Amino acid sequence: MEHYISLILKAIFVENMALAFFLGMCTFLAISKKIEAALGLGIAVVVVLTVTVPVNNLLYNTILREGALEWAGLPNVDLSFLGLLTYIGVIAAIVQIMEMVLDKYIPALYAALGVFLPLITVNCAILGASLFMVERDYTFGESLVYGFGAGVGWALAIVALAGIREKLKYSDVPEGLRGLGITFITVGLMSLGFMSFSGISL
Amino acid sequence: MAGASAKQVLFEPIFSNNPIALQILGICSALAVTTSMSVTIVMCLAVIAVTAFSNLAVSLVRMQIPGSIRIIVQMTIIASLVIVVDQLLKAYAYEISKQLSVFVGLIITNCIVMGRAEGFAMNNGPWLSFLDGIGNGLGYSVMLLFVAFFRELLGAGSLFGFALMPTVNEGGWYVPNGLLLLPPSAFFIIGLAIWALRAWKPEQVEAPEYKMSRHKAKEAF
Repeated sequence: MEHYISLILKAIFVENMALAFFLGMCTFLAISKKIEAALGLGIAVVVVLTVTVPVNNLLYNTILREGALEWAGLPNVDLSFLGLLTYIGVIAAIVQIMEMVLDKYIPALYAALGVFLPLITVNCAILGASLFMVERDYTFGESLVYGFGAGVGWALAIVALAGIREKLKYSDVPEGLRGLGITFITVGLMSLGFMSFSGISL
Repeated sequence: MAGASAKQVLFEPIFSNNPIALQILGICSALAVTTSMSVTIVMCLAVIAVTAFSNLAVSLVRMQIPGSIRIIVQMTIIASLVIVVDQLLKAYAYEISKQLSVFVGLIITNCIVMGRAEGFAMNNGPWLSFLDGIGNGLGYSVMLLFVAFFRELLGAGSLFGFALMPTVNEGGWYVPNGLLLLPPSAFFIIGLAIWALRAWKPEQVEAPEYKMSRHKAKEAF
């Protein structure tokens, strides 16, 4: 249990997807002008990450990994080079399925997430989490916890940035720095703040 | 005419329409790999190759793709190209591919590749699309190399691994600025680079969202 708690805290704060690994930056900068929109996107990312990382973990361990096909009588087959194609396919498919399920059973949430769901397919944070999961050799339980933690960390960062940007638009920024420039500097300062977590060893 | 437009397609993305500074594309992988020049150059070559060839491939089959599944088709083309690049790197530059870790795979979701395939290659011929891919890849590389130059020079006192400014640890005079090797510095450098680029080309400045009213003299005193 302790192991899982430290894993989740590490995924949220120490190894924050957005601020320490720069993943999901495109959407991070584009959809952080309003807190509500940022919150919607953040929740969508948490949900998709919590589902896709464990599913990719299962696929990796039962089919792709070297020697994983032993149950099918093919102990010498190594399909790990197909990994990238599989993960992105799984992500696209799960997002599509989730869109249909939400539309049918939880229309309120579907309306709230709106355009953000399809956007998530190309969010690097999702694919990045799957790749980190493979690189670090997580078990199924760990990958579930890691997916959730990474999503929460990303959502936390985007909501915080949206809060800052909502206030920032009233400030008198030098001309060339307006918009994208000052956003980068702000994210840099936030990332500096999150660096202070890196000293914590769990 | 054809020559002029080809030139435009190739060189416009480098400064006038830079994918990172203006189109906000492909920032994700841009920042994490910029701590040293040699890793960055490998990453840039990989991105240029993938963008150029995916544009070429998408443009070649653009008449055959049904509109409703075009995203999946583009994704598959891009993912296959990235797998080729990944395997090549593992075979011929294993050390660097270890350092790039997951970021080679993340070229798939790099919005530059997808954005150019969708925005340019779907509507243009193969040759122009190929050039557009190279041009956008170059625009990305210029920005990345710029960031990497400062991070490696000031953070470690070296370029391409050769010590230019001998650091104090090795008996030299330069005290390296460790912050530049940490994530936040990449954001600062890109922010400042955007400022410099926009000071040079003022037409890229964004309109203010909110204008401050003038001070009323009475309240001020």
